[in-house]
Amino acid sequence: MTNTNDPAELDEVHEADYEIESMPDETSTTDKSYSQGQLVLRRFFRHRGAMVSLTILVFITLLAFTSIGFGPIPGWWGKNHIDLYPIVEVAGAPTLTLWPFSLGEHPFGQTTIGKDYFALVMLGTQNSLAIAFTVGLAATLIGTFIGATAGYFRGLSEAFLMRVTDLFIIIPTLVLAAVLGRMAGNVGGIFALAGMLALVSWTGLARLVRGEVLSLREREFVAAARAVGTSPWRIIVRHILPNALGTIIVNATLLISSAILVETALSYLGFGVRPPNTSLGLLISENQNALSTRPWLFWWPGVFIVGIALVVNFIGDGLRDAFDPRQQMD
Amino acid sequence: MLKFIAKRLGISLAILVLGSLLLYVLVINSGDPLEDLRESNDPNRENRIRQRIENMGLNQPWYERYWDWLTGASKCLVGQCDLGTAVNGQSVNALVATAAASTLRLVVIASLAAIVIGVALGIITAIRQYSGFDYGVTLMAFMFFSLPVFWLGVLLKHYAAIEFNNWIVDAEFSWAVILGIAAVLAIVLQAAMGGDLKRRGITAGAMFGGVVAILFYFDMVTWFRHPALGIPVYILSVIGVAVLVIVMTSGFHNHRVRNAVAATAVVAIIGYVATRGFLMQGGSILLLLLLLVVAIGVAVAAGQLLGGFSRRQATFASIITSVLASLLAMADLLLSNWSQYLSEQPRPIPTIGSATPNYESTFWMMTIDALTHLVLPTVALMLISVASYTRYTRASMLDVLNQDYIRTARSKGISERKVITRHALRNSLIPLATIVAFDFAGLIGGAVITETVFGWQGMGNLFRTGLAAVDPAPVMAFYLVTGTAAVIMNMLADIAYAILDPRIAR
Repeated sequence: MTNTNDPAELDEVHEADYEIESMPDETSTTDKSYSQGQLVLRRFFRHRGAMVSLTILVFITLLAFTSIGFGPIPGWWGKNHIDLYPIVEVAGAPTLTLWPFSLGEHPFGQTTIGKDYFALVMLGTQNSLAIAFTVGLAATLIGTFIGATAGYFRGLSEAFLMRVTDLFIIIPTLVLAAVLGRMAGNVGGIFALAGMLALVSWTGLARLVRGEVLSLREREFVAAARAVGTSPWRIIVRHILPNALGTIIVNATLLISSAILVETALSYLGFGVRPPNTSLGLLISENQNALSTRPWLFWWPGVFIVGIALVVNFIGDGLRDAFDPRQQMD
Repeated sequence: MLKFIAKRLGISLAILVLGSLLLYVLVINSGDPLEDLRESNDPNRENRIRQRIENMGLNQPWYERYWDWLTGASKCLVGQCDLGTAVNGQSVNALVATAAASTLRLVVIASLAAIVIGVALGIITAIRQYSGFDYGVTLMAFMFFSLPVFWLGVLLKHYAAIEFNNWIVDAEFSWAVILGIAAVLAIVLQAAMGGDLKRRGITAGAMFGGVVAILFYFDMVTWFRHPALGIPVYILSVIGVAVLVIVMTSGFHNHRVRNAVAATAVVAIIGYVATRGFLMQGGSILLLLLLLVVAIGVAVAAGQLLGGFSRRQATFASIITSVLASLLAMADLLLSNWSQYLSEQPRPIPTIGSATPNYESTFWMMTIDALTHLVLPTVALMLISVASYTRYTRASMLDVLNQDYIRTARSKGISERKVITRHALRNSLIPLATIVAFDFAGLIGGAVITETVFGWQGMGNLFRTGLAAVDPAPVMAFYLVTGTAAVIMNMLADIAYAILDPRIAR
């Protein structure tokens, strides 16, 4: 979305188009030819917003997982989210300074009882990211399966998909997620919560995949595959789904960003991640009244939620542009 | 058409019942309803546990409990609801009555505002594709998509409400603030209007000068403490609205539409001037609704009588004019009562609740009170929907603008205004009809969060406390109200869809 403003880049883009068109004419050009996948990748790597976002996302992920460690693996940050430390600054204010850059003892400050807030925020980020990516993966798999079945075989699975979609208009996703999240809280563990969230977030993707498959199944190459006796599942997996890959990947990213928001909202309401474990939403919920007295307790988790959701959305936008061949013609 | 509606309604009702079964079973299995009692040290514990099992029917199998609820709830169809009792023995009927009104008010206002703002922004960004305005709005949309509602709500409470309440005591702008606001508005307006450099410069300059002058004037008379439109400004605004409506619908050359709209505007002005003094004394929702119906009636009459062969368009344009004029009148009445409200409530924007508790005053005071309580939750709830409506409208409008019939219309020499309003706009709104239904469900989900942040005693609160206590009755009441509202919204969207695109109904 930010790339087409630059005239130099527009030229490059048109060159790329020209290359595609000149591909069959082998005598006049020595240019390398690209497969569809390579073209998509090239367009994606040129999308400045998406690349910056990807870098930030990788940075946040590495920071969250290496700093306090993951599971039994220890990290480089010496403090943890359980112990109480002596309060360093007044009221436990952050010791982070940007210029000259120094982390200090507690870069994100301390809670009222002296816990290290950096460790808490990192743990919350870990949990939010883990849940979001699990939901994204699981919901994409479920949605693709049901959407492809509904689109290709029609009949019962299509009726099922449509009625479930109607159901989600009547019961808001967040409401169902809250009920399931409360259940998952009794089972325990963030992956139980992630599984439950995946169960409620696949419908949008399934509808889109169904629409895509509906139009693809009427195309000649599917008819050809059918004519030589290819089995339906092989047609779906080898011929149809690769053509629907753009829709699937773009919506998987959007699923991830919405999963982050749903998870944090549930934790805020008290139906998501439960103490003693923590998540970014839970941290905000616990500290929402601290905004005037200890603002850092409120700002840091919020900045991380907005940051992650924003970069994932930008990556999705970049992928959409990369997969959409019409995008370049305007 | 009727068959289509009946079929959709039948499916929706079936889904409503099925959804209730699903939700009921999930809720009663979501936790242990006796948890708080099991952990208590009350000597009376065993007795209380037995009592609660008895009250909630925990000793019955799930299908009997569900059947009990369903028979009670289905009596709503004949007007004798029985939604059961909450865990503390309160009748859910009584809880719902107060909660439903405040939540539906919030959600409906938020979704209407989101549709109007989002569609307008979407259309402008599509027309000015790849302009600075387009990029700005897109960036904002991405920001709003990524904002957690509860985080935004807390920020609004702290910065918008508390800061505004501090400011309204004096209601004074510094020069820097006046210039800053004027500069921002000028930049936004020139970006939205587009055109060549000269035109942009003129737009920006005029806007800048105008805003500075108005703000300076407001500052001098402390308008923000004693605001009012007054009759002269009202008349000018209604004339402005009428001109705008004519330009947007038919243009000035069609004298039938022009006359109908003008007649409506004149009647609206005379009517308001005549009733203003009476309305200032007090009013009621019923009276206002009655006046709105009268206004629409006048508009329909004007359209039908003066419309001639463009009767339909004349009626449509007149109705829009009369509704807008009524809204302006409402705004004038509210603004005129604002200074008195300020003297009764010195810190006008509250952060908690849906109404000031035990506040008894005139109708207009109560209305302002309800509205000031609505402002922040509505903004928090609205922004995300605005983002999605903007994106969808933009995409759909761009799609339509690239169609062949738009090129045909342009090549016939039709003015760009007509191409946009008559050929492109309507067709680009068709896909939005389906999104409205989904978005409404999303807004209700959002309302659960917003109500928690702003401490509303609404349906969301009913749901949250009910679910926390594994108490199905309030949760199901929430479901019944929001589900029915969603079915109705969906129904309206379907009907709109069928009107906009007749192929659907077949």
